[in-house]
Amino acid sequence: MAIIAAGTVVGAPPRRRLLEDERWLAMMLLLPTAVLLGLFIAYPFMRGIVLAVTDARVGIAGEFVGLGNFERLASDPIFYQVVWNTVLYTAVTTVFKLALGLWLALLLNRSFRGKAYVRAFILLPFIIPTVLSTFAWKWMFDPTFSVLNWTMYQLSIINRPINWLGDGDLAMLSIIIVNIWRGVPFFAISLLAGLQTISPDLNEAAAIDGAKPLQRFWYITWPLLLPVTMVVVLFSVIQTFADFQIVYVMTGGGPANATHLFATYAYQLGVGTGLLSQGAAISLAMFPILFLIVVVQLLYIRRVEIR
Amino acid sequence: MIEGAIWRRWVFFRIPLFLFILVLLFPFYWMAITSFRPDGELYRPWNAINYNPFWTWKPTLVHVQYLFRETMFTTWLWNTMLIALASTAISLVCGVFAGYALSRLNFRFAGLLGTGIFITYLVPQTLLFIPLSEIIRNYRLGDTPWSLILTYPTFLIPFCTWLMMGYFKAIPRELEECARIDGASRWQAMLYIIVPVAVPGILSAGIFAFTLSWNEFIYALVFLSSPEQKTVPVGVVSELIRGDVFFWGPLMAGALLGSIPVALVYSFFVEHYVSGLTGSVKG
Repeated sequence: MAIIAAGTVVGAPPRRRLLEDERWLAMMLLLPTAVLLGLFIAYPFMRGIVLAVTDARVGIAGEFVGLGNFERLASDPIFYQVVWNTVLYTAVTTVFKLALGLWLALLLNRSFRGKAYVRAFILLPFIIPTVLSTFAWKWMFDPTFSVLNWTMYQLSIINRPINWLGDGDLAMLSIIIVNIWRGVPFFAISLLAGLQTISPDLNEAAAIDGAKPLQRFWYITWPLLLPVTMVVVLFSVIQTFADFQIVYVMTGGGPANATHLFATYAYQLGVGTGLLSQGAAISLAMFPILFLIVVVQLLYIRRVEIR
Repeated sequence: MIEGAIWRRWVFFRIPLFLFILVLLFPFYWMAITSFRPDGELYRPWNAINYNPFWTWKPTLVHVQYLFRETMFTTWLWNTMLIALASTAISLVCGVFAGYALSRLNFRFAGLLGTGIFITYLVPQTLLFIPLSEIIRNYRLGDTPWSLILTYPTFLIPFCTWLMMGYFKAIPRELEECARIDGASRWQAMLYIIVPVAVPGILSAGIFAFTLSWNEFIYALVFLSSPEQKTVPVGVVSELIRGDVFFWGPLMAGALLGSIPVALVYSFFVEHYVSGLTGSVKG
């Protein structure tokens, strides 16, 4: 009722009339978002580029050095290791997260008792702050008190402790496991939502026509799920590529830089040693790769959706 | 769906599902049991005999006590809560406004702006933290809650806007037009007619934003320095590890208690959270 009582537009004060104009209203509504995103995304992005072409350190403004920081990166063996680590980490975890997430989504797509509870509990690794749950993993991977070692020893799988975080390859395996553990729920629940939009009639019709479960999955479920899958993979790849928390807590990039990713290496140089400009250059080096991934995937998604 | 013998049901459904649940939830069980276990039991060599790591008969609260007496854990909890609530509120207001403008108003560049917001959705925090830390210092926001309250919306707004656009698009235009014919201004039609209809969407966006801010780490790590300003994740990392020494009891107690608020909020709004999550992906 208050709306009707609020009166007509004719004769309203000028400010009110301005808000009646669609363009003005839109501008006013978008203003807070534009200010915040401009101040804290667009501006820092520009600032990052400026930093990356200087030799600034903490407290020192620095001078223009052109592409000097990037040239230094190009001759830095650790940087190549970082690129390789990040690509490996992203590729392996994404494949496993997709496979396991899809499997879990297919399991959850059946009806069974307590389904709502199972679904709610399964999302916990994704809800709980990553740093905190990663500490639980670090404790499980502890060199002397590892519960995983204990269990495997009792089951006679191993006869001496595995030094999970002390060996380069094993440390990489450990952070990959934690990332998969954290990411599977996100894949499963998103893909489950996608699965639920697929009409069961299609599967039934195929079953009547004699299609085996695997055939039904491959020729019906998978193609229909592909658009959702691609978007989920896109999000996951970006997050994984730029991951920081898991590595920071588990290994800090070690042993001997074996698990450093872009973000942790940028942090170590930029914040740890105060070489702001070099840190900024490493962070920025992520951008063209991420940009490429996004463009390729968006083009692919568009093609899939048109088809 | 499942045809054939009972063993198939076990092999293809029950056992895999059970294993998934076991692996996904075990770290939380481990966190909980470690929190209530005396140090004498925690630090036993991995191959000690007569040792059962999965249960304790001597539960203790010393780790929790340590956490509350010797560290500023309560302060961290309050800081995190305040920052998460404030940044969620800001993001919701911005997201509802922007989502409404982009989905229901006609103006030039609407498509371009929508794409722009979507692109920022894809910029990870780790790309910007170094220049941003410099900017925060220049604005004299460093080591204050404002440094996070103002920066968290940068990754929350795009998501809120995206989600709200989906909700607003689904509301029939006639609803708004009726109100306008009855004399409501555009602003009133939005605030009193469209926004109330979109409350489920706002709730989803809010819950999702809240859990994301509770989870954020790198900005909090870089922008905050004094112990009394820290959030739970940063406080636990920086104050419970001294050099190479890990205080596993208090650490796990801190991880457990620091997770409970967000888990509680989640448990009350599971459905909204899930629709926020899936909505953010489907767009």
